[in-house]
Amino acid sequence: MSASILELRDVEAGYGPFRALFGVSLAVGAGEAVALVGANGAGKTTLARVASGLLAPSAGSVHIDGSEADQGSLPAWRFVRAGMMHAPEGRSVFATLSVEDNLALSFQRAFGRSGLADGLDRAYELFPRLGERRGQVAGTLSGGEQRMLSLARVLVESPRLLIADELSLGLAPMVVDQVFETLSQIRATGTALLIVEQQVGHALELCDRAAVLEHGLISWQGPTNEAGAALESRLFESRAPH
Amino acid sequence: MILASGFFEDLFRGILQGTPPGAVYALIALGFVLTYKTSGVFNLAFGAQAYISAAMYFKVHSVWGWPKWAALLVSVFVLAPLVGLVLERAIFRHLRTASAVSKLVVTIGLSVALPEIFNWAARFSAVAGRQITGIVPDGAGVYYDPFGVYRFNRDELAMMAVALAGTLLLAALFRFTMMGLSMRAVVESPRMTELSGINANRVSAFAWALSSTFAGMAGVLIAPRFNSLSSGDYFTLVIIAVAAAATGLLISLPRALLGGLGLGWFIAVFNTFLPGLADDHTWLRPFQENLTPSLPFVVLFAILVLWRAVGRQREASDPLAGVDPPPPALAALERHPKLTLFTRLFGVFFVTVVGLVVWFRADVLWMSLVTKAVIIALIYLSVTVITGMGGQISLCQGTFAAIGGFTVFQMADRFNMSVLAAALIGAALAAVVGALLSLPVLRLGGVWLAIATLAFAFFFDAVMVKFSWVGGGSTALLTGTQVPRPLIGPIDFASDRAFLVLAVVALVVVSVVVIQLREGTIGRTLAALRGSEVAAASIGISAARARIVAFAVSAAIAGLGGALLAMHQQNVNYALNFAPIVALFWLVVVVALGSRTVEGAIQAGAAFALFEPLILQGELLGWIVRGEERLPEFFPLSGNWRLILFGLMAMQFARHPEGLVEHGKRRSATRINGWLEAREARA
Repeated sequence: MSASILELRDVEAGYGPFRALFGVSLAVGAGEAVALVGANGAGKTTLARVASGLLAPSAGSVHIDGSEADQGSLPAWRFVRAGMMHAPEGRSVFATLSVEDNLALSFQRAFGRSGLADGLDRAYELFPRLGERRGQVAGTLSGGEQRMLSLARVLVESPRLLIADELSLGLAPMVVDQVFETLSQIRATGTALLIVEQQVGHALELCDRAAVLEHGLISWQGPTNEAGAALESRLFESRAPH
Repeated sequence: MILASGFFEDLFRGILQGTPPGAVYALIALGFVLTYKTSGVFNLAFGAQAYISAAMYFKVHSVWGWPKWAALLVSVFVLAPLVGLVLERAIFRHLRTASAVSKLVVTIGLSVALPEIFNWAARFSAVAGRQITGIVPDGAGVYYDPFGVYRFNRDELAMMAVALAGTLLLAALFRFTMMGLSMRAVVESPRMTELSGINANRVSAFAWALSSTFAGMAGVLIAPRFNSLSSGDYFTLVIIAVAAAATGLLISLPRALLGGLGLGWFIAVFNTFLPGLADDHTWLRPFQENLTPSLPFVVLFAILVLWRAVGRQREASDPLAGVDPPPPALAALERHPKLTLFTRLFGVFFVTVVGLVVWFRADVLWMSLVTKAVIIALIYLSVTVITGMGGQISLCQGTFAAIGGFTVFQMADRFNMSVLAAALIGAALAAVVGALLSLPVLRLGGVWLAIATLAFAFFFDAVMVKFSWVGGGSTALLTGTQVPRPLIGPIDFASDRAFLVLAVVALVVVSVVVIQLREGTIGRTLAALRGSEVAAASIGISAARARIVAFAVSAAIAGLGGALLAMHQQNVNYALNFAPIVALFWLVVVVALGSRTVEGAIQAGAAFALFEPLILQGELLGWIVRGEERLPEFFPLSGNWRLILFGLMAMQFARHPEGLVEHGKRRSATRINGWLEAREARA
């Protein structure tokens, strides 16, 4: 197995008195694609937040390229500079900035002033709708358009590891297909993926490995071709009355 | 006099005259907008920052005799950014995702504490009549008269030039630079900015250094206009400048510039024409005399209330706010039953002991201080209702209390009415004023509501108090606003002990009312509104009705408290007890210690009235070491320490926005809970 670019070891995390993760270990190797699946409230979003430095774990450790990230204060921007990009769930855009400013904020750092125009062009090519609304304040976009904006930022930069939370939520089926196509393209360029997705079919198709999260613990992980059976028993069983 | 040419000449002169003060407002408004845009903080401490630099400039130039450029360098380009960096690191970094209202409370605390801390650290004291010399050579002595109607001096020109250049430079910073974009992004969501690979801490440190430098610059430029430096003048200027900043909704720099100038022009033109009109129409005279000083506040109130865009403006919320831990529940809800029992027993024991000591041992002074603490606690319960339960900041609770006090004075003075009946009338009157005030201001968002109520408080202070039917007018000048103590049948409350009992009874009654209100429909409605106005509306809750009730009840409690305080001191003592600044102080004390519970208000009342005599004067320590002669030499401590500690309290509050008492309670409850559970597990 290739050396992992991001590894969580026995991570526990939560919000104030509420705990969401109870000792999770997960590694993503270079160029590897991992799908994170689980029922609502299993801790998927919390895991994505820890993996991108947004949330400091209360126990356990996070390793980037084999070296431990500073415990306690894990500024997310260091993760980004190390090549980990995170597209958070929901309408994660700067509502008071224009579409173009939202993108420029990220692209200018990644591509420099000279590469900015090129990056914007690629984003508008990917989502022409954003190009039509480049001067509009992002808060006035529809939910789906805001989602596109949030994704455009990470898809264009093709980082070393892309962490995407609820990737397809709120997007039209056609756009979802397009996003997954883009994902498989940037996968081909060597970007590793950690994807939280309710559209399990799409996610498993794209990824090599799946991890199932249940009540804050990873209950199963393995190759996606074996995941079907594991998922069936875990994701759908819980619907039955105990 | 030829009317037409005279009119236009007067108008033109008025406008020119209004330009220098307009530039002052513009400078402050620009700095205010800059801070808001780059840090999201509605920074009422801006005036304090400006004061610090002006005082430092004075010290370095006039006291140490350094040249002007060196004084400017030290005060504006070294000290000011340093202050900004320290504030950011120690306080505002922790508040980045806090509510606008908690940030406001912290800045109010800082606006009181910063000048005191500076004066103490730099051993600075303003000398009356010693003015600051401006930064340009011979600034006050050389005049230019471009139009032949009004002469500008060099200081004024420098101020206007800096205001204009500042607008252009800052606008360019926001429009064309990455730093400008990053600063706006950090205000909205520091976490999202970090996800773009930008170090949010560094950006906000830069933002604070920049805006603080601007504050320092403004402070030094404005200083020559004052006879002597006082932080209060700077604070008042900031409140006025908020009107100018509001015209640009706190985000537009050019509009802040124009708003400031416009305000200066409006006031100057108004002052040019009103005296003439009042000579012709005598009925205008009382308005002319009283309205002029309050005009800025009237304009501020009018802009906030009448301009609909202000009411519609909402804070942009951080999409990643969910990463923060949720606000904790009240500590009392998490307590172990045994602990609750113990706390209650201890509370009863403590209150009994204090009561007995005060009853049998206290002298006149201490009896009076304890009574004051009880009454202040009662007034603080009005903050519990409006802020703790309603989640809204009202900065005119002092005004409501003053209405109660003045009513008792007027009723007793004019109609010889029983003061207890008059106190109830005063409370009712305050409730009516509160309800009426709430109608226009309630649709404003959190911070705007606070500022509108502050404008009302300043308006009451500048205009209403001076009327003979409110503050007593010339009668008050001669004899003071005297209020007798109540008399019920055989019980004469002129005795201090009897009055203390009356105050305690009133406090208990009001506490019960507040608790009932919190547990009842109104309390639950307000709690729902605090959580989410949209969600509350979706289940059919009317925000307006619940809030009007909260405002009225809160005003009535404050009014009753004000009446009691007036009876206690046998005088209304408006300036000492109820001036707008005092009410600001109140609010910070209650909110910082805990505005959500009755205990919080009582503890805050005790802290406000007793902290200085008990702790700072060394009374408590003296009792512990048995004898005042054994006290360390530095006792009694100066009263200024109260202000400095007050600022430190505001800083602590920044870390524990639920209130310090509440925080302490939760911490000890958690510990004792753990201990009790471990013991039960062993058993």
